[in-house]
Amino acid sequence: MLCSMKKLFPYFKFYKKECVLAPLFKLLEAAFELLVPVVVARIVDVGLGAPLEGGGYNADNGYIVRMSFLLIALGLVGLVCAVAAQYFAAKAATGVSYKIKNALFSKLQSLSYADYDRLGTSAMLNRMTGDVQQFQTGVNMFLRLFLRSPLIVFGAMIAAFCIDPPSAWVFAAVIPALFLAVAAIMGITTPLYKKAQEKSDRVVLAARENLTGVRVVRAFCKEEEEKENFRERNAALTRGREKAGAIGALMNPVTFALVNIAVIFLLKIGAIRVNGGALTQGSVIALYNLMSQILVELVKFANLVVTVTKAAACGSRIEGVLNMNSSLCRMSENDADARTKKRGYIVFDNVSLTYGNGAESALKNISFTVEKGETVGIIGGTGSGKSSLVSLLPHFYDVTCGGVYLEGKNVAAYSTRELRKKIAIVPQKVALFKGTVRSNLAWGNPGAKDDDAALWEALDCAQASDVVKQKGGLDAAVEQGGGNFSGGQKQRLSVARALMKDAEILILDDSSSALDYATERAMTDAIALRRKRKNQTAFIVSQRASSLINADKIIVLDEGEVIGAGTHEELLKTCSVYREIYEFQYGKNGDGATSGRISGEKEAEDE
Amino acid sequence: MNKKTLRRILSLVKKYPLSLIAVVIFAATEVAATLYVPVLVGDGVDLITGAGQVDFSALSAVFLKTGVSVAAGFVSKWLVGVFNNRLAFYVVRDIRNAAFDKITALPLKYLDSHPHGDTLSRIVSDADEVSDGLVMGFTQLFTGVITIGGTIALMMITNWKIALIVAFVTPLSVFTSRFIAKRSYTFFKKQTIARSEQVSFTEEAVSNLKTAQAFLHEEENARDFNAYNAAYKDAAMSATFYSSLTNPLTRFVNNAVYALVVLFGALQIASGGGLTVGGLTKFLSYANQYTKPFNEISGVITELSGAFVCAGRIFELLDEPEEVSDKGNAKLSVTEGNVELTDVSFSYTKGQRLIEHLTLGAKGGKRVAIVGRTGSGKTTLINLLMRFYDADAGKITVDGQDIKEVTRESLRSRYGMVLQETFLKTGTVRENLKIGRESASDEEMFAAAKACHAHGFICRLPQGYDTFITEEVNLSAGQKQLLCIARIMLCMPDMLILDEATSSVDTRTEQKISDAFDKLMKGRTCFIVAHRLSTIKNADIILVMEQGNVVEQGNHQALLKKRGAYYKLYSSQFAGGAEASEEN
Repeated sequence: MLCSMKKLFPYFKFYKKECVLAPLFKLLEAAFELLVPVVVARIVDVGLGAPLEGGGYNADNGYIVRMSFLLIALGLVGLVCAVAAQYFAAKAATGVSYKIKNALFSKLQSLSYADYDRLGTSAMLNRMTGDVQQFQTGVNMFLRLFLRSPLIVFGAMIAAFCIDPPSAWVFAAVIPALFLAVAAIMGITTPLYKKAQEKSDRVVLAARENLTGVRVVRAFCKEEEEKENFRERNAALTRGREKAGAIGALMNPVTFALVNIAVIFLLKIGAIRVNGGALTQGSVIALYNLMSQILVELVKFANLVVTVTKAAACGSRIEGVLNMNSSLCRMSENDADARTKKRGYIVFDNVSLTYGNGAESALKNISFTVEKGETVGIIGGTGSGKSSLVSLLPHFYDVTCGGVYLEGKNVAAYSTRELRKKIAIVPQKVALFKGTVRSNLAWGNPGAKDDDAALWEALDCAQASDVVKQKGGLDAAVEQGGGNFSGGQKQRLSVARALMKDAEILILDDSSSALDYATERAMTDAIALRRKRKNQTAFIVSQRASSLINADKIIVLDEGEVIGAGTHEELLKTCSVYREIYEFQYGKNGDGATSGRISGEKEAEDE
Repeated sequence: MNKKTLRRILSLVKKYPLSLIAVVIFAATEVAATLYVPVLVGDGVDLITGAGQVDFSALSAVFLKTGVSVAAGFVSKWLVGVFNNRLAFYVVRDIRNAAFDKITALPLKYLDSHPHGDTLSRIVSDADEVSDGLVMGFTQLFTGVITIGGTIALMMITNWKIALIVAFVTPLSVFTSRFIAKRSYTFFKKQTIARSEQVSFTEEAVSNLKTAQAFLHEEENARDFNAYNAAYKDAAMSATFYSSLTNPLTRFVNNAVYALVVLFGALQIASGGGLTVGGLTKFLSYANQYTKPFNEISGVITELSGAFVCAGRIFELLDEPEEVSDKGNAKLSVTEGNVELTDVSFSYTKGQRLIEHLTLGAKGGKRVAIVGRTGSGKTTLINLLMRFYDADAGKITVDGQDIKEVTRESLRSRYGMVLQETFLKTGTVRENLKIGRESASDEEMFAAAKACHAHGFICRLPQGYDTFITEEVNLSAGQKQLLCIARIMLCMPDMLILDEATSSVDTRTEQKISDAFDKLMKGRTCFIVAHRLSTIKNADIILVMEQGNVVEQGNHQALLKKRGAYYKLYSSQFAGGAEASEEN
């Protein structure tokens, strides 16, 4: 646990005092506990004194009472120590995990889009929640037990040596034997349980598939086959568990047998020693009691090892994230590529993009320029690279080669803040956040949070005013992920949020796909008008030719390459793919205003 | 209710009488051995009184007895574990199998109206809980009770006065832990709330890290996160601390009992009151052991009540009425593919009217397009045709045969169905494509994949047709939909149902596969839910549905001329406010 997690040490520093005091108090508690058998031995040997003829003892009753109260006092002091230890351990564990979580969160926020893609959301969430939680449990248990358990086990042995060295050899023999037995059983069962867990996952998967795919299973009449399949998986799971369980069930009997065999030896040696006058009866009892303490503690210790190993695995995963640095490349102003000689407000100069090693290029040799205030439409099938193209301008990803320039300066040479302040984006994947409509819109412009007029103006433009009014106004609640809004409503709010930003450049990434044509048209027109007023440049990504007809320039992408660029009219003449898309939506004979799909479901769709 | 549940679980356990008997016998032996060993040790201690007074021959007899007891304890402890596991695992296996069989036999009405996660958790975690809680729990309870009884009896035989101290003071520790548990419950509740708030914020923030960056919202997020994090830290601190008091406190009670036993025991020995030093040793080990069964029992009782709830949930699932059996029904034979609905009425919930007195006929080989807004009953119609649901009244026939009078299997296997929601099995591409016709040759499979332009991307997958696909990963929604289309192309059914079959396929690919679709539809009766304009235009009949009723039927031109529901839908959905075309 210790060697693998250097990076996590600094977080313990804030709780140095707790981290030292917790084990220390535990140590004290354990020490007091070890005194108990010794006191009992004294009571038997000294308190009772010599046996009297005809029963009874020549006892010192006062001594017996005093010593018994000493026992209670020992228990009380032990209790106080234990409570203190639990307090410090809990404080350190929760505190450390608090610090780590904050650090993790900040770290995640500082990584790049490419890092997010590589890590994956569920892995990042696991680091933030499950792993930190388990680490916290591990720290807590570690602080409480890592001194106590060994102390009791080895302390008992040392105490035994103090009482009677020849008898103590039994301890020296049985402790490693117990240790080996516990370790061996756990070593064998852990992988078996893991295998059983995998089999359990297969059972769950089969059940889940038959629930989600019930229509398909029944349509293809696969019920009997699926039953058979489930029975097999279930039987495999049962066999796996049985096997692991049979070995796991050895733990209890093996430790029981070992300890009691040791007890027999202890009594045997004790008998010889007592007979020879080298040992008292009380000491034999003390040795016996020490032996019974070992067993309980050893099992605890074994559990500690398991928990700490798991926590260490979590810790090193957490560390993996903390060790990361944003993979985004930053240029200095003096870099050779920091400026371009090409003229234009925005310049894409021979840009290629590949996500990760060995993947196919998402974008190939793309060059174009955009002037301020222009509208650029980007069209193409799914996977053609539309979103990739627009994500290069805010420097979400690094280009693989070529360069993207804004006002003559490479986007990689801007500071992230400076660059992204200039750009408002409506991402393809709509994300709203728990809070209110107002708090969501304020993402675009925190300063305008209380400017109702500005908020309504943006909502009007995004055709979202009616939705918001219907939900109860600007302070209407938004559930997590915008769960209380339909797909189309979320899309409109997301547009309004970007409009609030009033940036130089607006990027709409397929942001009207869930809207019906009438609403889309109204929104496009309103945004165009608003942009004209503000001389705002725009990139509009769409699958529908209808949304782009009025663009100054339309870029047609296919498998990452530009296969056509120009105005709508030019493309109809020069680009066959564009013509196909257009005709497919509008009908071959240009039979007027008819487009792709008929569907009443657009509004209800959810991503 | 609990009694009934209990009886039902017992009937499941009774299927394994040998294991059950073994558990009872070995549990009893185990307890006896565990309790007898301290007695023997105490006897041994009494034989070691002082120098020159050790009775070695008696001691050897004690050692022999101890050895036998330890051996018996070892074997019986292990066998209890083994048989108990077996019992628990077999019971849970049987419950799961029964529950799974149930899923395959339940009407879709049940599965559609109950969240899948809930049903799944009944099959998975509830079943485990029952086996852990009830089967394992009962054994623990049984062992615990006889341990307590045995201990009390043995202590009473040795010395009843001290026995009373141990018997009545020790349970104090159980009360202590109960007390702490109750107190810490409040803290746990606070912790749970704080945690769920933090987790839900984290989920939202981490899933949308990109958005936060795009809006430069990192600082606000970090600040908010810190607030949630700090609140959780405080709650977790209290909960962890208070709950961790249980052990020290019960240990203190134990220590006090220990001291009392020592005190009164020693005084008894001193006064010659019939107790020996060995007897005291026995008491001391009992005082140590005695709390364990109490704590276990109190744990088991909490677990048991949870397990009963889980068992109730599983039995509830198992008791759901199944679909009416169709055993003995004739097989459907399709000649023309004429589908007719006569006066059909249906609703999902009583009192909420949906489809009422619907009559329509689709002649063999005709294309029927169904259009309408969400909730108008398009998908319901498909549910009825496939007999996923049975009509409440009226009759649906295929070539004159009432579909209720033929087997479901023979009906469903005649339909090919592509839905908007794609479902692929976890398995290879090949397995998925051949799901409808396992006897198909690879050449036929390639042809079907090529026809819907899936062959290319399949070949580009790491292992081509043998690539293992899972529900979540590997394929885009569009690619999955193409596979669903290909698997239908491969089985060439008599009739087709297409419900938004290409909704996830991008426009370019959709264009490319439209020919294949046309070929597939030729000569087959087709039901097509709202789709491409050209498909709708080329349909033989268009059904316009509103609130479960077909409000208009006819072909494209005729319906446009009517200027009714279809015209309205058409102009609002297609034309973006502009005029609908009528020039044809």
